[in-house]
Amino acid sequence: MTAGLREPPLVKALLIAGAVGYVALMLLLPLGAVLDEAFKKGWQLWLAAVTEPDARASIKLTLLVAAIAVPLNTVFGVAAAWAIAKFDFRGKTSLVALIELPFSVSPVVSGLVFVLLFGAQGWFGPWLQDHDIGIIFALPGLVLATVFVTFPFVARQLIPLMSAQGRTDEEAALTLGASGWQTFWRVTLPNIRFGLLYGVLLCNARAMGEFGAVSVVSGHIRGETNTMPLQVEALYNDYDFVAAFAVASLLTLLAVFTLALKSALE
Amino acid sequence: MPSAIPSRSSPLPGFGLSLGITILWLSLIVLIPLSAVFVKSLSHGWGAFLAAAASPRALAAYKLSFGAAALAAAVNCIFGLLVAWVLVRYRFAGRRLLGALIDLPFALPTAVAGIALTALYADTGVIGRILVPAGLPIAYGPAGVVMALTFIGLPFVVRTVEPVLAQVSNEIEEAALTLGASRLQTFFRVILPTIAPALATGFALAFARGAGEYGSVIFIAGNMPFKSEIAPLLIVTQLEEYNYAGAAAIACVMLLISFAVLFLLNILQRWQERRFA
Amino acid sequence: MSIRVEHVSKSFSAYPALGDVSLTMRDKEFVALLGPSGSGKTTLLRILAGLEVPETGKVWFGKRDVTADKPASRGIGFVFQHYALFGHMTVAENIAFGLAVMKRADRPSRDKIRKRVEELLALVQLAGLGARYPSQLSGGQRQRVALARALARNPRILLLDEPFGALDAKVRRELRDALRQIHDELGLTSIFVTHDQEEAFALADRVALLNHGRVEQFATPAEIEAEPVSDFVRSFLE
Repeated sequence: MTAGLREPPLVKALLIAGAVGYVALMLLLPLGAVLDEAFKKGWQLWLAAVTEPDARASIKLTLLVAAIAVPLNTVFGVAAAWAIAKFDFRGKTSLVALIELPFSVSPVVSGLVFVLLFGAQGWFGPWLQDHDIGIIFALPGLVLATVFVTFPFVARQLIPLMSAQGRTDEEAALTLGASGWQTFWRVTLPNIRFGLLYGVLLCNARAMGEFGAVSVVSGHIRGETNTMPLQVEALYNDYDFVAAFAVASLLTLLAVFTLALKSALE
Repeated sequence: MPSAIPSRSSPLPGFGLSLGITILWLSLIVLIPLSAVFVKSLSHGWGAFLAAAASPRALAAYKLSFGAAALAAAVNCIFGLLVAWVLVRYRFAGRRLLGALIDLPFALPTAVAGIALTALYADTGVIGRILVPAGLPIAYGPAGVVMALTFIGLPFVVRTVEPVLAQVSNEIEEAALTLGASRLQTFFRVILPTIAPALATGFALAFARGAGEYGSVIFIAGNMPFKSEIAPLLIVTQLEEYNYAGAAAIACVMLLISFAVLFLLNILQRWQERRFA
Repeated sequence: MSIRVEHVSKSFSAYPALGDVSLTMRDKEFVALLGPSGSGKTTLLRILAGLEVPETGKVWFGKRDVTADKPASRGIGFVFQHYALFGHMTVAENIAFGLAVMKRADRPSRDKIRKRVEELLALVQLAGLGARYPSQLSGGQRQRVALARALARNPRILLLDEPFGALDAKVRRELRDALRQIHDELGLTSIFVTHDQEEAFALADRVALLNHGRVEQFATPAEIEAEPVSDFVRSFLE
């Protein structure tokens, strides 16, 4: 590097120390706190807390919600990225902005909108009650709220990626006689697989960890409509701290795993 | 669903299908539900809307939510810039680990963050044990809200500034050097202005996220009306009292602020592109 | 200001960029450093500028040993290949930069700076464009601004790193003439790096041909054409 473009070594050391210190304080400490509190009373209590029936039900529910929401948003994300990256049309930037909308909406509002639509006093409330269909306070509501909140994740990863990759590969495939679907599966998909994987990972992490939106539509019925984050809250409000942190530690593990995978993908 | 909008320059197939899916899903999941908020909030008329959206308790909640979000975003601008600088410009042991860690607030569920922060800063916590006797309680008050929002917003500034900082060419700094600028002058007069739009974007993103944040805040905040109650919590409280219209009214205010921030972001984006072609 | 380079060498990791180079350039001379990429010409230029520190050898500007001096205190102006203009500043602010960052004691008054900027804009034939931003200018115009900026502090020595490399042929020719004219008018000593033989021979009083970090020949264009000293020089002329 050019002589004179470097800061004096002391300044450099201070800056690094400052950055590392900040990250350690703000990020590492909370991470450590979760693990510390979860295992405070030892392995056995941790295991008991994590395998307790309500906890198990919350794990199953979380997985189920994610298993529905993530594929749906993945299909959407791929479709949106295809339309936006491979074609030119008016209103493209507005479309991208609309897709990113859920990011700027408070999670509570995200849940609220579905209560307003499907709750007892909502637009469709009476109709649903007449037909004995439960959306709010039941699985469909949880899925809807989660889908809303994680809506942009896959699209957001793929749009810049596919835009940067351009159209030439696909056009080449077409001139060689491939159909649209063949082009997509054999040419586009392999090109985007890491971006897609990362987008799905983030979408999944958020889907499993979503709290605010799900809290509003859930009804907090233990064993039935509590996802893991909601179960954590319930246990915490009961002053059952060890159990709360035990379930939280599972989610933390997922987060760390997601980060590690992301790092590996780069 | 073939679209009326012409796809001008591409022979690639699938335009109609992909655009159709996109617009359909977008409308069903995002646009129609959001419109319900606006409609419901006005369902009892303007008077009721204003009474709910501008009540003293609501105003206090906005002040806390937006004020804390702004403060947290500002803190993150300073330290986020520091972290981005160090990550982009220096090589040191643990740099990759540091870089990977930055996304933690993105990946960690907000409720987990909430109870973890409370554990740290309550009077029994590792940090609280020192701060509370010293008269600097963080948990259970507005300071706790700022702390939680700083955690949540941390990745936004770092991730927006990093790529822009990496793009500041050597040539620009060498030019400043040959023209006689000191390192400090080069930073303030050349580098900082070049990354200013990215900083502003990071601030806006962190602010927007923080203003609506719920899960990480309600454990550490204290949640007392007029003192430490954030706006999203007020919405939940209204819902629990079956005051749907009131909840929707406050949600409207939050949404309008969100949209304003989005609009601002768009302008910032264009400012950046125009000045640094 | 004459320039003397004595036994200068420089390597990057294991790669030897310059090996034992010695040259003397006269006051007010226009010298071209010519050679293929990797020949060390840019490294030599950057050593003259103080942007690189040589491992061995010395550099003299006139009677001063500047080998250890920082770029800012050498009295040089440097023009970069990709202009390196500050995108967030206007043309006028760019040109004034070298004056604006001077220590308070040495800094000219705001009025003086403004006048100087106008002078320089006229010199590079961009009068009236002071309020524009670099993104609003063409490539040729940007390079003129870069030139004006480099001249703001009244350097005795002007260093240019492939200044016309990024421009098309017609603009190159215009700028080439403008550069030579300014050089003559201001009485500068100018060193410029290029890989374009035609350009070097058209502009320079003397040309130094570099190959693999060594100077193969340093003479006037006429002399080089008449008596090329090596196969490399011969092949470069074709």
